[in-house]
Amino acid sequence: MIVLSSPATVYRRAAKDALGFPSVMLLASMTGFGSLAKESGLTLGMALSSTAGIWGLPGQVALAEMHAAGVSALFVILAVSLSNARFLPMAVSFIPLMRDGIKRFGWMFALVQLLSINSWAAGLRSFPEIEVHLRARYYVLFALICMSAGLLGTAVGYYSIGVMNRAASLGLIFLNPLFFAVLLAGSHARPAIIAMLIGIPLGPILHVLSPDWGLLATGLLGGTLAFLIHLRAQK
Amino acid sequence: MLESQTELWIVVAGSIAATYLWRFLGTLFSYRIDPQGHLFQWITCVSFAMLAGLISRMVFIPVGPLIEVDLWIRVTGIMVGLIVFFLAHRQVLVGVGAGLAVFIALVSVV
Repeated sequence: MIVLSSPATVYRRAAKDALGFPSVMLLASMTGFGSLAKESGLTLGMALSSTAGIWGLPGQVALAEMHAAGVSALFVILAVSLSNARFLPMAVSFIPLMRDGIKRFGWMFALVQLLSINSWAAGLRSFPEIEVHLRARYYVLFALICMSAGLLGTAVGYYSIGVMNRAASLGLIFLNPLFFAVLLAGSHARPAIIAMLIGIPLGPILHVLSPDWGLLATGLLGGTLAFLIHLRAQK
Repeated sequence: MLESQTELWIVVAGSIAATYLWRFLGTLFSYRIDPQGHLFQWITCVSFAMLAGLISRMVFIPVGPLIEVDLWIRVTGIMVGLIVFFLAHRQVLVGVGAGLAVFIALVSVV
């Protein structure tokens, strides 16, 4: 089933895959984040650093939102980290597929920073057609194009919000919960769906009780409850 | 101002480091952790509950400029986005585009 066995064809395929839907999607979603970052009082440097450094929309939005809500630093950092916990299973399932293309495994610790839901999904889809030792090249080019689109979107959003009319500016901020809601609605896994159904009412209620602890408590209580319900239903 | 900027940079850097931790652990254990195991299922549930809670809070109790938009407009925008997303065979951009268009239209008119 392997059809791509030269570096040139692999690079061409990576560019073709990345320049379509993934780039447009990142451009759009990170535009929303850029606007939110501006409104939340982050500098452009902080917004771009968050995009490249966190590289996961949920954590980035949590950072900007919770800072604007006046949540203390430690709780912001904890919530950002927990909202991106999915990178652990993503790395676990992804890295073995392209490990053979890397001479020194230490490089993986740098390359894993580029991993996102887009590159993960594209890799899982395309790797079967790519010779094992060339897969890392596909991943790196694909992920770099995605990140460039994300950084561009962040900057566009950061500057757009100041020059657009009121409705469009509000729309840019609204993109954040909207994107999220749609992305999460696409989840198929049952435990995730139960967790979200519990999290929706719990989030606002616990936020009112304690802005610092609210989100973490929502995750811990709602998540644990969902996990237990799921375990019970499995039996 | 400078003081608060330094503090904010610390939050940004801390968030970056705390996110990288998951990537690091995932790489380190990439052939030892079972992503289907109970521990990981629990962590996944926690992060989904938290994300849903965050979105719901952003819609029902916004902190930024969305405060000035009526609650029913915020809720309508999300609902339209979700409904169109499912009608359009789960195409994310179509759903988001529809929700955004309705939101901007309502904000302009109301």
